[in-house]
Amino acid sequence: MQKMIFKNKNRITLISGILITIAFTSHLGFKNELLFEILLIIASILGVLPIAIQAYQSLRVKVVSIDVLVTIAVVGAFLIQEYEESAIVTFLFLFGAYLEHRTLNKTRSAIKELISLAPETALKLMDTKEFEEVEIEDVNVNDILLVKTGSKVPVDGKVILGEGYVNQASITGESFPVHKYVGSMVYAGTILENGTLQIQADRVGEDTTFGKIIELVEEAQDSKSEAERFIDRFSKYYTPIVLLLSFIVWLISRDIELSIIILVLGCPGALVIGVPVSHVAGIGNGASHGILFKGSEVIQDFSKVDTIVFDKTGTLTIGNPEVAEVISYSNNFEEILTILLSIEKESDHPLSKAIIQYVGDRKTLDVKKTDVVKGGGIRAHIDEMNIAVGNYSLMKLENVKLSQSMIDDIERLEKQGNTIVLVSINQELQLLLGIKDQIRPNVKEDLIKLRKMGVKKLILLSGDNQTTVDNVSKELNLSEAHGNMLPEDKAHFIEKLQKEGEIVAFVGDGVNDSPSIALAHIGIAMGSGTDVAIETSNVVLMNSDFSRLVHALGLTKATTSNMIQNIVIAIGVVLFLLFNVFFSEWMNMSIGMLVHEGSILVVIINGMRLLNYKLK
Amino acid sequence: MQKAVIQLDTLTCPSCALKIEGAIKSLEGINKESVSVLFNSSKVKVEFDELKVNADQIGSAITKIGYDVLKTNVK
Repeated sequence: MQKMIFKNKNRITLISGILITIAFTSHLGFKNELLFEILLIIASILGVLPIAIQAYQSLRVKVVSIDVLVTIAVVGAFLIQEYEESAIVTFLFLFGAYLEHRTLNKTRSAIKELISLAPETALKLMDTKEFEEVEIEDVNVNDILLVKTGSKVPVDGKVILGEGYVNQASITGESFPVHKYVGSMVYAGTILENGTLQIQADRVGEDTTFGKIIELVEEAQDSKSEAERFIDRFSKYYTPIVLLLSFIVWLISRDIELSIIILVLGCPGALVIGVPVSHVAGIGNGASHGILFKGSEVIQDFSKVDTIVFDKTGTLTIGNPEVAEVISYSNNFEEILTILLSIEKESDHPLSKAIIQYVGDRKTLDVKKTDVVKGGGIRAHIDEMNIAVGNYSLMKLENVKLSQSMIDDIERLEKQGNTIVLVSINQELQLLLGIKDQIRPNVKEDLIKLRKMGVKKLILLSGDNQTTVDNVSKELNLSEAHGNMLPEDKAHFIEKLQKEGEIVAFVGDGVNDSPSIALAHIGIAMGSGTDVAIETSNVVLMNSDFSRLVHALGLTKATTSNMIQNIVIAIGVVLFLLFNVFFSEWMNMSIGMLVHEGSILVVIINGMRLLNYKLK
Repeated sequence: MQKAVIQLDTLTCPSCALKIEGAIKSLEGINKESVSVLFNSSKVKVEFDELKVNADQIGSAITKIGYDVLKTNVK
């Protein structure tokens, strides 16, 4: 019986709506008062059933829920023969609940979408030596799985056979397909765009990177801010107080109508739902833009940030050194490049990578003998040439002659923040390369936007030398820049700022910066959702797009003001209704319920706006 | 002690969460500290003593007060 009523709640709402419409038609059109009353009585009884059952259930677990208030009010109205009121109030309450259900689903849609990306099945190699489709729960570590074109990678694992291109947008936010071959890591929730792979599972289910991201977002949306905890405590006592109040009003005035109106108006619906709605929509918007917030506390703190401290390498800069300037002192530039490439190919130094990338693919020469000079560079022989590639001190060691203009060039490039690589052949300097970690595109504009949003100080802390740090600082117009800092120095610096009463956010790449990320009010990890980053930070920017930071800050401000709007709407409506109960003629139960349900929908729809939040 | 994660049909009012919490806590063998009803994700997380109660019983306690259980995971 109970189950049937719950199952058919929507049908009951519809029938009660139809009955009320017929009742009013017969009342206004045909002046049939008897039919009018009978229909309304049926509508009231039908409508109050699901509400009353809910009320009974909640009283059994010692909770005075809104259903309790409404049930008492409806029964009261029924007893004083206000059938019109009782019918309309139950209908509005049920219909309101239906609309809330629909709209609430919308506010949660962004997060649902993310979760729906999780793989559900996998093709697993069985004992029969054949691949069979199994539920994802039945996949264990070390299982061999087959991934076909167009399907999702079911686990984190290693490719053991085949190759293909994988879209990793769900993990990194970067939708450009990545080439995967034997030995590559692939991640759950990413999509194989072409090719076929056999993989061996390393991590499954909730342990995968994607699983962790989902868990994080799910927990975040239900973590409660101080304001929400307050409202929770408040609503626990609020409904019993309303009940008591209406009883007292009845004792004093002996006016049942007045006391049941108070019951209806006192329902705290919009207030208890307003804040979580803004919250879930804000976190949902973030998730669909590759920004993970760990909870609503973070959103409120971040919206008030005064100082943002940045790490340099990989945060403000790309973290991938590139050849920025080349000065040639020889007549045979192309040949020198070929020689340089031939030697650099032998090395796996980060600077070599930059040089190889710069020179590009070309035929290389036979290198006879190479020897690495620690802290200097490489010495090598090609044919009869005696070649040195390295820094200034290697050139000194090799007795390479440097003219004054060469020394000027070196000093100039060094001042611009380059790392210097020199190439000499038989004690003659041939080539000067300046290698630099490039600043990310658009960082300058993004920093200006951050300032416009009210961030007072932008500070750079780096382990790099002061000259390089100063150059970056000057180019980006930062407030302060400090070089030669170890991870613990950075952490001390942040502590100092916080002692001065500033709200500090730290943005880093999440690995070596974890002490600072953990210490700052808001620790922001930039990068591709590595485990460390996900665990220690408060905010994760899923791909390395710096502009996400601006979106994140804007979103937290929008979410916070949305929450405040909802609280104001909710409290305003209750005050307005209560005022009118005592000081106006037109207020009755039905209007009260209508305004009340209306205000719940208003706060939900207001929250929904956050889903479409975009930076202007 | 086992841990269950129960996915419910969409919860619409925060007081539903209170009711569900109360219903689960009234069962025998539930670690009362561990009960959390997540309003936005419409999920219940709970630890229980598998000798005294099972996940189906927890599920039916929730269904009995009018909320649909979509999926239950025990580990």
